[in-house]
Amino acid sequence: MTTGDPLIVLDGVHKWFGPLHVLDDVSLSVDRGEVVVVIGPSGSGKSTLCRAINRLEPINEGTITFDGQPLPAEGKPLAKLRSEVGMVFQSFNLFAHKTILENVTLGPVKVRKEKPAAARERGLALLDRVGIANQADKYPAQLSGGQQQRVAIARALAMQPKAMLFDEPTSALDPEMVGEVLDVMTSLARDGMTMVVVTHEMGFARHAANRVVFMADGKLVEEAAPAEFFANPRSDRAKDFLSKILTH
Amino acid sequence: MGEFLRVLTDNASLFRDGFINTVKLFLIAGVGSLVLGTLLGAMRVSPIPALRAFGATYVNLIRNTPLTLVFAFLVFAVPKLDVNIDYFPSACIALTVYTSAFICEVVRSGVNTVATGQAEAARALGMTFAQVLTLIVLPQALRAMVPPLMSVLIAMLKNTTIAAGFSVLEAGAIPAYMAERGEPQFAVLTWIVIGFLILILPLVVLQRFLERKWAVAR
Repeated sequence: MTTGDPLIVLDGVHKWFGPLHVLDDVSLSVDRGEVVVVIGPSGSGKSTLCRAINRLEPINEGTITFDGQPLPAEGKPLAKLRSEVGMVFQSFNLFAHKTILENVTLGPVKVRKEKPAAARERGLALLDRVGIANQADKYPAQLSGGQQQRVAIARALAMQPKAMLFDEPTSALDPEMVGEVLDVMTSLARDGMTMVVVTHEMGFARHAANRVVFMADGKLVEEAAPAEFFANPRSDRAKDFLSKILTH
Repeated sequence: MGEFLRVLTDNASLFRDGFINTVKLFLIAGVGSLVLGTLLGAMRVSPIPALRAFGATYVNLIRNTPLTLVFAFLVFAVPKLDVNIDYFPSACIALTVYTSAFICEVVRSGVNTVATGQAEAARALGMTFAQVLTLIVLPQALRAMVPPLMSVLIAMLKNTTIAAGFSVLEAGAIPAYMAERGEPQFAVLTWIVIGFLILILPLVVLQRFLERKWAVAR
């Protein structure tokens, strides 16, 4: 999967929330087609890292480049970049006043100026891919959490993004719905989508990731192939974290 | 009771002209302040600091100025700058400028009721600020905005009576004319109260209708 062709590059990134140093000299390169899973304890800065890549969180120092271009600061160029990076949130964030199908077609029609008929056709195909085609005319509140998150993935895919960011996509789900969302993500990974996934799902990290990145206290502590990371974590911080979550 | 009715029928044209002008003032200033107030509200939530500062300054300045002073500026001070506007348009402008500050705050509070994730998801799709606001945030903010919006509009409908002090013949000017004609003030004022009730009741019905129409599940 790793192509040696970097798509997302973070170099010496720092961010502070007031006195709190949430990203401390983070450098990370994600290749085209690579699946990078970011794990770490709460408050380690992994969500902020994920949100910095499409500039939902502006950074204070360092550089982030996407597809060879530094992230634009504001305005139209930033909007264009965001349209090329799909994002899936912990709380789904489907547009509450739009139907499922409208949620999936709004971006292509309003941002990409695609013809509504073409967007609709692709939207229905994507809903079919994530297994929700029969709910196209319902509103988000009428769907279960797992269904809503699958729609959110379809909404991001409808923009035909170059990469997908997942910010704890299963953390707000009931346990029996986690699997259906991870299945969709696994199939995306298998199809060669470039993905940055912040998650607590160690099973997903093991079988779908090319690389696991471990963060603690705003620092990128360790990165390794998943088999190696889970078998032989090098840092004490990672050993401590894994011992707490894997013993149960 | 016959006397009470006579006050209305003998002076029907005065009542009619007065209330027609009240409705005209209300409609013109209502549309004007909805447009200007929404623009100001958009400024107050925009990502551009200069626009936010302008919106905040406008609200703090205008909302804290008595409406009679706003009228006085337009009717007495602005003509000194060699800008001549008739009394009626001046009254429309004064009401619009004043009411916009209140509508701006209704829009801003409505926007604040929409979960931040909605705007974030829209931005993540690549929408511009204007698209985020018009396609995602404002449609969801409307429901929360209806009750305070109607309160502001009802207050404005009653505020039109201040125009009487600035040479505009509207409902608020009727008592002075009637006093000259020697009509009993108690009956005159009661008829004006009834007139305002008739104008305001449809707004209350409209509010109920809109609240029900936009009562969507979240």
